[in-house]
Amino acid sequence: MWLLLKGGRVIDPANGIDEVRDIAIGDGAISYQLSAVNLQDADVVDCSGLVVAPGLIDMHVHLREPGGEHKETIESGAAAAAAGGFTTIVAMPNTSPAPDNRAVVEFVLNRGRAAGINVLPCGAMTKGMGGTDMAELGDMADAGACAVSDDAHPIQNSLIMRRVMEYASMLGLPALVHCEDKTLVADGVMNEGICSTILGLRGMPGAAEVSMVERNILLGELAGCHVHIQHVSCAGSVEAVRKAKARGAKVTAETGPQYWSLTEESLSDYDTNFKMNPPLRTQADVEAVRAGLADGTIDVIATDHAPHSLEDKEVELPAAAFGIVGLETSLALGITKLVGEGVLTLPELVDKMAAAPAKALGLDRGTLTEGAVADLVIIDPEAEWTVCASEFKSKGRNTPFEGWKLGGKVVATIAGGRVAFGELSVQISECGVAGARA
Amino acid sequence: MNKLDRKDILGLQDMSQSEIQLILDTAMSMKEILARPVKKVPALKGKTICTLFYEPSTRTRTSFELAAKALSADVSSIAMAASSVVKGETLKDTLLTLEAMGIDAYIIRHGAGGAPHYASKVAKGSIINAGDGMHEHPSQGLLDMLTMVDAKGSLKGLTVTIVGDILHSRVARSNIWGLTKMGAEVRIAGPKTLLPADVEKLPVKVFTNVDAAIEGADVVNVLRIQLERMNSGFFPSVREYASMFGIDKERLRRAKPDVTVMHPGPMNRGVEITPEVADGEFAVITDQVTNGVAVRMALLYLLLGGGTNVAAA
Repeated sequence: MWLLLKGGRVIDPANGIDEVRDIAIGDGAISYQLSAVNLQDADVVDCSGLVVAPGLIDMHVHLREPGGEHKETIESGAAAAAAGGFTTIVAMPNTSPAPDNRAVVEFVLNRGRAAGINVLPCGAMTKGMGGTDMAELGDMADAGACAVSDDAHPIQNSLIMRRVMEYASMLGLPALVHCEDKTLVADGVMNEGICSTILGLRGMPGAAEVSMVERNILLGELAGCHVHIQHVSCAGSVEAVRKAKARGAKVTAETGPQYWSLTEESLSDYDTNFKMNPPLRTQADVEAVRAGLADGTIDVIATDHAPHSLEDKEVELPAAAFGIVGLETSLALGITKLVGEGVLTLPELVDKMAAAPAKALGLDRGTLTEGAVADLVIIDPEAEWTVCASEFKSKGRNTPFEGWKLGGKVVATIAGGRVAFGELSVQISECGVAGARA
Repeated sequence: MNKLDRKDILGLQDMSQSEIQLILDTAMSMKEILARPVKKVPALKGKTICTLFYEPSTRTRTSFELAAKALSADVSSIAMAASSVVKGETLKDTLLTLEAMGIDAYIIRHGAGGAPHYASKVAKGSIINAGDGMHEHPSQGLLDMLTMVDAKGSLKGLTVTIVGDILHSRVARSNIWGLTKMGAEVRIAGPKTLLPADVEKLPVKVFTNVDAAIEGADVVNVLRIQLERMNSGFFPSVREYASMFGIDKERLRRAKPDVTVMHPGPMNRGVEITPEVADGEFAVITDQVTNGVAVRMALLYLLLGGGTNVAAA
């Protein structure tokens, strides 16, 4: 049995396609060979007015399992991802225990297999993300780790980082780096500047990020390693990546909706849902991030989805946990704030949310090429909705976007030929697309 | 205007000039009460006030307690270990517990900037910020202003120099907001390491040379330098700090001849201020303490009572 998505605007940046056309799914794969034979009994979904795009890929997600299941599980995180249009997510390693060995990597893969979408573990760079002893990167790569990172416990020692990058390059894995000079940040809780001065909160200067972006790019060049700069938040980081790319360095970069939508001034009422790391910066930084997205300096959009329980956030701001949830608002914030405000076209947005992360990770996903795995998202680009955290599939309610009116809604997410989110306006039959789990 | 139209006193930044004037005028009446043989009026009889201090304090807490008692309010005082933020009861639960006992106003001191703002969202009773982290200490700012009014008659046109650890100082921030709203010119001075980021964007003139900052000043407000800052590398030695930034008689000659010298306490004599200056003719440091009780009476009265002439009560 086949599924025919009829009359949608198919956007497939990897193949330079943006046109209204029909697209079929059979045996879990994409097909454009629409012969009368295989479409005879096909279920037909009218996609007119809708966008059909490759399933989105978020290469920066905190799933909290194992160890933090009260904040999120692989299952709840995957459900949130599917609701946000994602069919592949990369699980960051700051769990307890951390995936610094084959067993934990396999655990995440196994739990992910039951979660309805493609969950890829990122291995820790050092044992326990302690920053001193290299983890068994080779063994983890063999088990299926798609990248390495020490997450928000970044390696401060440059020699150790160099050796990890040398190992990662040997294994063909990208190094995903959270760039933060911990000694300079000290016990900062928000961007350093006039806002932190007025609020009497300890600051995290942009230089703590930029200096580590520069260092990690240089170490990557030294080690011959693909360095992927995580969550670029400030102008200096954009400029550092731009310069490195100009000289041919093997570097990619990501940013998230918070860094093109919000500034440090959001913290003026000490609302802990605006506390994150890297912190919200200034309007000039927001402009620089947008410019970096527009000119291609920033390749990838990733959320840094960081669910926390209420008790981690219902405290005084300095005591509150860093981080916000993002999976269920990312696409709409891209459509509303980037496409809507002329920073990116819709195909460019899809590229940064699907094709570019696939390329950065070396995955054969993020495309609607004939024969590709049937990972798709169907989007109503005109639908308006209001962010309401209590309706999230994520266990996390810590969004800074509560009450925002956004445009662009996920109608359905299909992962590996199965409906992972949403309802299609036909009766889904048995074999082509089975097991609707809205 | 004879009542503050607000639930909480969180800082002077969001307070209007007329509100500050009302508080200072009311505090003047309170001083009169404090000068009576029987220093007590029934204005807040039946009201319950709780001081909730997560940081050590003697003068501020005692001052608030005396202020509440002079207005006949019932006061209970809770001193919390700072560590309870991490392992014990949350601020939210503490407030909800006290709320259930019918507290009308909470006086909160907390190491975290914004803790009173958070408290104001949790508790229905009034919140008075008695110092939150490096953010604000509004009652100190008000008592400093009252003391300046006593000494100079008016705040308008005064040149006030604040010297010392501006970075960590909530007193400096409340002084800056309050004084500039009332028409004074504020200068701040200290080592570069102890000036906050983007400080030039505040409505102040910034100096690292104390002599230049004091030149022609009407008031010099000297901040306490916490000695533990030295170990964190903010300045190299107490000896050098005292010589570069300490206020002594020699340095004070650059100010106006009738300069007023203030210090929020507790003092490190011989470090940020010499004993000759602290005990000298220009110092009004003990007046500040007296005015503290009057200002806090005014705050409590205006938040919880108001409406009638308190001095006649």
